[in-house]
Amino acid sequence: MHDMSAQAHAAHAGPTGFIRKHVFSLDHKVIGKQYYGLALLAAIIGMFLSWVMRIHLGWTNFAIPGLHLLSKNGAPGDVMTPEYYLQLMTMHGTIMVFFVLTTAPFAAFGNFFLPIQVGAEDMPFPRFNMMSFWVTFVSFIVMVAAFFVPDGPSLAGWTQYAPLSAIGSAAGPGQGLGEVLWASSIAIFCIGQLLGSLNFITTTLDMRTKGMSLWRMPLTTWAWFITSIMGLTAFAVLMPACILLILDHVAGTSFFVPSNLVLNDQVQPHSGGSTLLWQHLFWFFGHPEVYIAIVPAMGIVSHILMATLRRPLLSHRVLVYSMGGIAVLSYMVYGHHMFVSGMNPISSIAFSFPTLIITIPATIIVLIWLASLYGSKMRLNTPCLFSLGMISMFITGGVSGFFLAQPSLDIMLHATYFVVGHFHFVMAVSAMFGIFAGTYFWFPKMFGRMMNDTLGKIHFWLSFVGAYCIFMPFHYLGLASNVRRYQAFTDDYLQPLIPVHRFITIAAICTGAVQLIFIYNLVHSRFWGKPAPDNPWEATSLEWSTTSPPPFDNFGGTLPVVYHDPYQYGIEDSTSDYVMQTDPRNIQSQGDEA
Amino acid sequence: MATTIHPPASRVARGLKNASGNGGWRNLVPAGGDPRAAQEYAPPPASTGIWVFVAAVCMTFAALTSALVVRKGGALDWRHFTLPYILYLNTAVLLASSVTLEVARRQVAAFMGGLEITGANPSRWLYATLSLGFLFLAGQYLAWRQLSAQGLYLATNPSSSFFYVFTALHAVHLLGGLYAMTRVIRKLNQHVLRRVTLDATAHYWHFMDVLWIYLLALLWMKL
Repeated sequence: MHDMSAQAHAAHAGPTGFIRKHVFSLDHKVIGKQYYGLALLAAIIGMFLSWVMRIHLGWTNFAIPGLHLLSKNGAPGDVMTPEYYLQLMTMHGTIMVFFVLTTAPFAAFGNFFLPIQVGAEDMPFPRFNMMSFWVTFVSFIVMVAAFFVPDGPSLAGWTQYAPLSAIGSAAGPGQGLGEVLWASSIAIFCIGQLLGSLNFITTTLDMRTKGMSLWRMPLTTWAWFITSIMGLTAFAVLMPACILLILDHVAGTSFFVPSNLVLNDQVQPHSGGSTLLWQHLFWFFGHPEVYIAIVPAMGIVSHILMATLRRPLLSHRVLVYSMGGIAVLSYMVYGHHMFVSGMNPISSIAFSFPTLIITIPATIIVLIWLASLYGSKMRLNTPCLFSLGMISMFITGGVSGFFLAQPSLDIMLHATYFVVGHFHFVMAVSAMFGIFAGTYFWFPKMFGRMMNDTLGKIHFWLSFVGAYCIFMPFHYLGLASNVRRYQAFTDDYLQPLIPVHRFITIAAICTGAVQLIFIYNLVHSRFWGKPAPDNPWEATSLEWSTTSPPPFDNFGGTLPVVYHDPYQYGIEDSTSDYVMQTDPRNIQSQGDEA
Repeated sequence: MATTIHPPASRVARGLKNASGNGGWRNLVPAGGDPRAAQEYAPPPASTGIWVFVAAVCMTFAALTSALVVRKGGALDWRHFTLPYILYLNTAVLLASSVTLEVARRQVAAFMGGLEITGANPSRWLYATLSLGFLFLAGQYLAWRQLSAQGLYLATNPSSSFFYVFTALHAVHLLGGLYAMTRVIRKLNQHVLRRVTLDATAHYWHFMDVLWIYLLALLWMKL
């Protein structure tokens, strides 16, 4: 095991003042931790919102103690109004997609580990990096502030379909100021992500250390690089869309609102806007966003699997090409979200075809993972379990995607819980499992202490079973035509399904409570965990060749030199079964590609 | 997998060409180069970063262009209007600013290369560029005034909405270029200007020109 603790120390002293060290830090590692903290806070809020919504769906008239404190108008007598249900749903989706699924696997882990994995001292534009986090933080504050304005947050869903989103308070509570706050927050968020992507791309292209060719980059680095290209192009489209939406609200323009729209017996003062225009702009961002969440998780899982299976994956290059293929195709498939929008049916077919094609690279990645399991000497620790869990969730969610990719089936399923089950599996839960896997794997490097493995395994099994209990029944509900976005199920055909909803609610509360184990493990290990060695997992990439945690300049004044591909596991004739990237020994390996 | 380990190679590791390189990307480091030196020879991130930023700006304006095409496509309320003539004068001013910037770049390059410079401080052409940039913005403001004098405001018609949105967003991006220009002048006066900073700023500024010409053509055709 390589232990550098004795000799590695920062050649450049870091800042010592509290503000520069912990708040407005230029250090990519601190910024990564800040992003992680923000994502954790957002996840807790998002989960709390889902609990409240689930309770309401199971027991519609149940008074949730203290709910009126969140909104006097939205929950009089602690029972939420139908509108408030939609407002909470909007905020749950927005907070989870933007501030958890984008922030944690991409911005948090990417910031901390991308420069280290390519052997750089920092990102090339540290000020932009700091701005990226603080801009994102401001965006989060603006978003959460919507809870505290008189009408509460927007109720138009995280997709903010026009004209509902564009006509102001006449459309319902939260559609005035709450809506403007939503659009402003997301526009600000886009700026933060653009600054982050700029740093990720330039770090990958220009800051790699000696010997670190593109094919020697770990799969995580590849995933973050590909994701940052997607982020750069997708958020650059969402930002002007949000600006146009804000203008429709505050300046009286008519980009998205059609003419002669009557709402609450009032003709809206707009002329001839296009409602579909918003959907085109939004989903051009929205579908790549799905992959912005899942591709980093794919990279993390691949990276961890190799360290725990003790062998390289079947093909490093094919996996990278597949992730790249997904990124390119993600821009050609966005119309599958709009099959029921009234779009020309020929367009539906045009979007359906690449949607089916995109399953090919995704399937290749899954098959590489599964085939690599065969004959491996698996170390079944917590990061490995969560990686396997992510694969399970991704397959389950992917299979339901085959159905939804076909317009003829999607017309039936689009507005039902089938879609809710699909995207929670394929995007949300699988990305969450990737985040958990990354946390258990990299926590020793980030904080210099080990997390408790037993608690981790308990956390995994309960979360794994819990996630299936919550989201599998959604598919059944969808097939039974249970419409989504309804706040109560009063129709005759829906009432027999209420017990299923109650089961899901109980499962959601239990699975949410299980996350307390994770938070306890996180906090306890941070202060009282077993001190971590430099390379606890006997892994090969550059982050494990420096101290835990790394010094201010990452490598103690001397940049590493890279001699090998990133995953030299399963080596014979050696005291250990792996060779680090920095090991100068000459290796001849038949399974080596690059 | 049959794999063997050999004793440490004295110098050449597999796949590492004579132990040189900065990661294989634009391999410019001499053989046996010190890893530290590799950083100095690696392409300056600013030169890559500026093109990455330009790509993002292109996406933003491409999105707005598609919005204009879609919005106009099915619109019964679209009202055509003639662009204010001052826009063409503004275009000339912006193009002139690119010329002065190129002159400045050559002078600064000569200055940095140790060649003799006759005449004044090389920053004077940068000041000229800066002034022309502000003049362009003032001209854009006058164009807005002319439109509003005709009763065409932001919300009057979708065509005027797009005009204001496009020109305002371009102006915001140009302000970023002006800020970069003031930094270049400050660094030049303090003798700490790096070539790459000037080059990146110049590339961005020229891109602003190209973008404006594209926008002018688009607005002229569609409005």
